[in-house]
Amino acid sequence: PPAHSHNDWIGPPDKHSNLRPVIFYVPPEESPLERRLREARQEAQACDQRFWARHNRTFHQEKEEFIYSRLKAKGLEMRDETGQKATLNAEEMADFYKDFLSKNFRKHMQYNRDWYKRNFTITFLMGQVALVRALKWLRWKKKNVGN
Amino acid sequence: GLFAWHLKNTGIRQIPCQFVHLCHVANDRLITFQYFNFLKRMYVTQYNKDLSQRAKPKSDSVASPFRELQQLDQEKKVIHKIRPISPVHQPLSETSSRNELREMKSAAETEDSVAPVRAESKEDRQWKEMKLRLDDLPGILARLSKIKLTALVVSTASAGFAMAPVPFDLTCFLLASLGTGLASCAANSINQFFEVPFDSNMNRTKNRPLVRGQISPLLAVSFAASCGVPGIALLTLGVNPLTGALGAFNIFLYTCCYTPMKRMSIANTWVGAVVGAIPPVMGWTAATGSLDAGALLLGGILYSWQFPHFNALSWGLREDYSRGGYCMMSVTHPGLCRRVALRHCLALIGLSTAAPLLDITTWTFPVISLPINLYISYLGFRFYRDADRSSSRKLFFCSLWHLPMLLLVMFTCKKSFLEKEDKGDLLGGNHGGAMEIRLP
Repeated sequence: PPAHSHNDWIGPPDKHSNLRPVIFYVPPEESPLERRLREARQEAQACDQRFWARHNRTFHQEKEEFIYSRLKAKGLEMRDETGQKATLNAEEMADFYKDFLSKNFRKHMQYNRDWYKRNFTITFLMGQVALVRALKWLRWKKKNVGN
Repeated sequence: GLFAWHLKNTGIRQIPCQFVHLCHVANDRLITFQYFNFLKRMYVTQYNKDLSQRAKPKSDSVASPFRELQQLDQEKKVIHKIRPISPVHQPLSETSSRNELREMKSAAETEDSVAPVRAESKEDRQWKEMKLRLDDLPGILARLSKIKLTALVVSTASAGFAMAPVPFDLTCFLLASLGTGLASCAANSINQFFEVPFDSNMNRTKNRPLVRGQISPLLAVSFAASCGVPGIALLTLGVNPLTGALGAFNIFLYTCCYTPMKRMSIANTWVGAVVGAIPPVMGWTAATGSLDAGALLLGGILYSWQFPHFNALSWGLREDYSRGGYCMMSVTHPGLCRRVALRHCLALIGLSTAAPLLDITTWTFPVISLPINLYISYLGFRFYRDADRSSSRKLFFCSLWHLPMLLLVMFTCKKSFLEKEDKGDLLGGNHGGAMEIRLP
């Protein structure tokens, strides 16, 4: 992002986590409240990134392993004569999906709780920052009108 | 060709627009055969409108899959693109994996002749300033509130209003529709607010405004509040308290029950079906002010419809659900998924037969609706037996035109006041007075 910009910048989705990274703008006169908000957002971003990158990587890994073991059981190779990657049909994959979902249920429950908590905290902080800014602006307006 | 292209580019949901047209037409009783054909054609060419958006706080599943639909949408796009590009031929059989489809999609996208789509994917890969532009705001808010789904919900509420056995009150109708629409916008926005990281990871939903950072969570919540509060107030004060209470309850059910439950238990589907069933009930209570059997019947019809609609849709999204951590029947209990879909297709036949018994429609309704109900039940049975992508897609697309047609037929078979009055005279007494017969 350009140096003169006064806003946050959001990028394309990450390859592993599918989340979009945000680069936060640090204003020179950042108040403690604003700093708390920014840090909360940075921390949330880091947590989410860690979770989803690892989770998606695990998913793809286990999916490959599953396909490999099933193909082996059927007596086929990973790649057929034309060099195309061999795949299983949707019904065979369904077993894997069901298994994966139940294996990761607890992990998701924990993440859900954390995500809701973080989401509410950040939104509440945003509300506080917006309120403070609005009041400041009103005071500034009153001062100017007075002059 | 052009028609399909137009459909592709007008967004996720085409159905809602049709519904709106439907309602206008139905209300004017100007139903023509050509219109039916038009609807049929729209739905058939509209292949993948992933209406999986279940949610809609009010009638989520109505024509719009409450749940994630996008995957189908994208697949549809792929299929449309594949046809003109013959060298890139890939068999779209049941055996093609999602990865292949995605590869096809990206291959197709690079050869895409439709410029806007290509521009959009390029733009997607750039860094964007997180600054809100006022001229972008309407589009962003429309996507945040899932405006098409909302339109669909309002349509079902209008259908409920139209079926109520009272003289048509235009002001009440408009207030009820507006209130329902606002409440739906609020609930949809909160739903998106709750689901940002999950939406990012699913193909269907990864282009939502909060995911792309086009709007801040604070603004999303403020928008939801500024829609929900006036919406419910309008319903409570401008229509009647019962409708307002139903609206508020539906928002709560959708945002606080259905949305979190999606990640906890498969029971979310049943909750979502109730969410979808409530808007027509609201339309009815807006017109009559009370919860009659008719309201419950209409709600019941929409409740049953949700299952073949959503279950068929979710059959194709199992990978994304599994990775995203969503607990859906199609992933964990596939047999139950298909059984429930079939069961509710058959229930629709039963409910249609109950309509004349409750004095809502004439006996022509179950007769005329029998063919379409039998057809969807047949597709439901095929889905139950075959359990593959093609049968699930057929069932899903059938559900898209089945509901508007059913509601339309229901409206045309609505029992008029005069008939009821004649009947009363003939039998020389009241009919347990479920409704007052008011002459215009």
